[in-house]
Amino acid sequence: MKFITSIFITALLSFAACLFLPWWTIAIAAFMVSFFIPQPPLRSFLSGFTALFLLWALLSFVLSYNNEHLLAHKVSVVIIKTDSPFLLILATALIGGIVAGLASLTAAFARKPR
Amino acid sequence: MRVFPMLIFAVLTVTLVFILNTKMLLPAPLGALLSPQHGVWQNAEPADQDFSADFKFDALQGKADVYFDDRLVPHVFAEVETDAYFIQGYLHARFRLWQMDLQTLSAAGRASEVVGDIALSHDREFRRLGMVFAAEQSLKLMDADPVTKSVCDAYTAGVNAYINSLTASTLPLEYKLIGYKPGLWSNLKTALFLKYMSYDLAAHESDFEMTNAKNYFNPQDFKLLYPAIQDSLDPIIPKGTVFAPPGINLTVPADADSVYFASQVTAEELDKPDPENGSNNWAVSGTKTQTGAPILCNDPHLGLNLPSLWYEMQISTPTFNAYGATFPGAPNVIIGFNDSCAFGFTNGGRDVRDYYEIKFKDESRQEYWFDSSWRKTDFRYEEILIAGKPAFMDTVAYTVFGPVMYDKSFGGKRSTSHKNYAVRWKAHDPSNELLIFNGLNHAKNYKDYEAAVVHLRTPGQNCVFACKNGDIAIRTQGEWPAKWKGQGDFVMPGTDSRYMWQGMIPDVETPYQYNPDRGFVSSANQRPVDSTYPYYLGREYPSPRGLIINRRLAEMNAITPEQMMALQTDNYNVFAEMAVPVFLRSIDTTVLSRTELNYFALLQQWNLRNDVHSKATTVFVNTWDNFMQAVFADEFAKAPKPTAFPQESTLLEAVLRDTAYKFLDNVNTAQIETLRDISTQAFKEAINKLAPADVGDALEWANYKGTGVYHLTKIPSFSRLNLPIGGGKNIINAARDNHGPSWRMVVSLTQETQAYGIYPGGQSGNPGSKYYDTFISDWAEGKYYTLWMMKKAEEKDSRVKWTMHFEKS
Repeated sequence: MKFITSIFITALLSFAACLFLPWWTIAIAAFMVSFFIPQPPLRSFLSGFTALFLLWALLSFVLSYNNEHLLAHKVSVVIIKTDSPFLLILATALIGGIVAGLASLTAAFARKPR
Repeated sequence: MRVFPMLIFAVLTVTLVFILNTKMLLPAPLGALLSPQHGVWQNAEPADQDFSADFKFDALQGKADVYFDDRLVPHVFAEVETDAYFIQGYLHARFRLWQMDLQTLSAAGRASEVVGDIALSHDREFRRLGMVFAAEQSLKLMDADPVTKSVCDAYTAGVNAYINSLTASTLPLEYKLIGYKPGLWSNLKTALFLKYMSYDLAAHESDFEMTNAKNYFNPQDFKLLYPAIQDSLDPIIPKGTVFAPPGINLTVPADADSVYFASQVTAEELDKPDPENGSNNWAVSGTKTQTGAPILCNDPHLGLNLPSLWYEMQISTPTFNAYGATFPGAPNVIIGFNDSCAFGFTNGGRDVRDYYEIKFKDESRQEYWFDSSWRKTDFRYEEILIAGKPAFMDTVAYTVFGPVMYDKSFGGKRSTSHKNYAVRWKAHDPSNELLIFNGLNHAKNYKDYEAAVVHLRTPGQNCVFACKNGDIAIRTQGEWPAKWKGQGDFVMPGTDSRYMWQGMIPDVETPYQYNPDRGFVSSANQRPVDSTYPYYLGREYPSPRGLIINRRLAEMNAITPEQMMALQTDNYNVFAEMAVPVFLRSIDTTVLSRTELNYFALLQQWNLRNDVHSKATTVFVNTWDNFMQAVFADEFAKAPKPTAFPQESTLLEAVLRDTAYKFLDNVNTAQIETLRDISTQAFKEAINKLAPADVGDALEWANYKGTGVYHLTKIPSFSRLNLPIGGGKNIINAARDNHGPSWRMVVSLTQETQAYGIYPGGQSGNPGSKYYDTFISDWAEGKYYTLWMMKKAEEKDSRVKWTMHFEKS
């Protein structure tokens, strides 16, 4: 339950922060959630990772879908050298996931062990 | 707390964020670039994007409505004229900010600020050509004119209103990818944009090439290679027109023969604007049209880019109502029509950029020798900021002629010479070109047109005009230096005021045509007048397009707009019409192989049209190119660099006149080659190259030519390449590899104007928008859109898709 809650709150907090603040506030959001809802390190990492992986995958997919993937086709060639909207969405999701996962992991170790 | 793992992962997290937030992986920070709420995903415009919006701005004086039609063309209805320019600036920025910003940065020699030191040479060249100096000169005049000042102020405020509304998320895509931000707009940037067009259209010269050629060839050969006038010339103002005696008496310096024409200088220089920047325009009077109303047509040939140089719009105010192509970067409609008349341009193409060799007293460049005394140099200090590197300081010397463009510190691509060359460029003189467009947008009749276009100084243009009252006209407008014969063809001595331009051709002597008997006026960058005109006009003008346009227009009667569209997109090759018979007569078929004979048959059967699927065109173009090479390469091999081959028409006319043309002989062989030898050799070489490549439809003309519209960064996935379009050099449909008809327009001035147009681009500059390249396929096919001069009462029309409301806050 904690796992699901963490994912949900991390995603929500990250989304809210990025409405006004730079992209890297997702790390702070993930850190805080993991700090206040303590979980073992691996679970912490996974909840942070999953939250942002899903959030960024979903957001970029919806934007791209509404755009009929026009931009993703063009930009994927520039950024990942392959014409693949799917891979660009995956790269986006992975970047969000890893940054948030690491931040959550850091927070997990910052707590006193129970 | 487990300090050790926490520290490790904290460092890891921070390092990762740091790397993703810097430009280590890509030119732009990858984290920000891919964040769905900040980066490129935000530029993925929804396919069903709603462009409607309400805006309130302090700078506005009244209300205005903007109706966007299904092609995303805005129809602006403003209660106050200056508000229309504010909105034009706002819309240009909303849809095209990045290109406007980039073009003005480039014009100002500031590209290094964005892309780093790869642009340093470009930036130095532009600073040393005096682009900023020229823009500042013009801005003084623009500021002094109350109309222009208020127009520009409103336009600038509109652009900045949009720039100020931008956030990290809404920044145009290219800023995110390259990793920088737009600076605010200013009236100086508008002036810089106009100088950029002057550079594109009025900076071409070949003084160094001609100087080298003059030194290398004897005077008789030089005349043969570079004649002042082509036989096939059909000038803009027809032959036989009587010109008044010149208002300026020019004095050729007494020592010109020894000091100037016989001087020995060699030099090299940098890249140049495309010499093929040209265009077609014409107007036919009502006597030649089906409806009895005049028709005006224009297609400017320029570099084809995405986002396009042009942005289509209608501007309607209580004082005027105009529609047409606008320049993102400048106010008003540039090529278009209003409720009374239509207007268009082709490039004048005369040489208005000359070089003078400067003799400095010493290395300090403090003084230079001029009219028998040492004169003090002015210096302009150019600080060029470079992304990621310390700034570069360039000290440019200014003389009575203008800036010293080439010297010891900036040699261009010169290998040996350390001589100093000052450049005298007409665009350095103050001028206010915006008055022309403002005047034409308001023009009601020929008098208004005349009053408007006289403001055109540089770049000089052939201004075509037609009016609902039946008038048609063309003026070869511009402020042109009055030159004595040969002046400015070569580098001139910079020590002597007698070699300076002695004055400008008085405006009353501008050649023009007003309602001529032949019932049409036209221009296609050919020489404006024949040799009876009392001023020297230089020697580099293309003739073929003008020839075929005039021939066609003379033949046509009861003309419809559809026939005019067919003419604008006509692929007939009038140059080949003259050249192919030469080849068919002179190529020795007895020595051709079976394969070669097959290709020879293609030439024989060719309908002389550069159509999309024509293989014969590819064979002809290659044969002709080899022919030029075979004739001239031997003579030019040892000439100092750079030199320029003679014009194609010069060679063609020479062999039409004289099959024993002296340059046909290959000077490197013992025997004397004839036309037969050289054309056979050229043909065989062409087939030798083409036959192995003749797989599938690879040799079909459009595939072989490969016309493309490149994004300004050249990123291929943002570009549209290999378009199925015919035409090419010397063809009315002048679509070359990345250059061609940048806006095609046909306007029939009937009671209710019937207008048609298209450009190879789309209204949105965002590569993530479906309106980015919407028109390109139709453009390639030769289709046109109906240009809708909307009336305010039509706001409920089904063509209106979105509405923006602007009002004073």
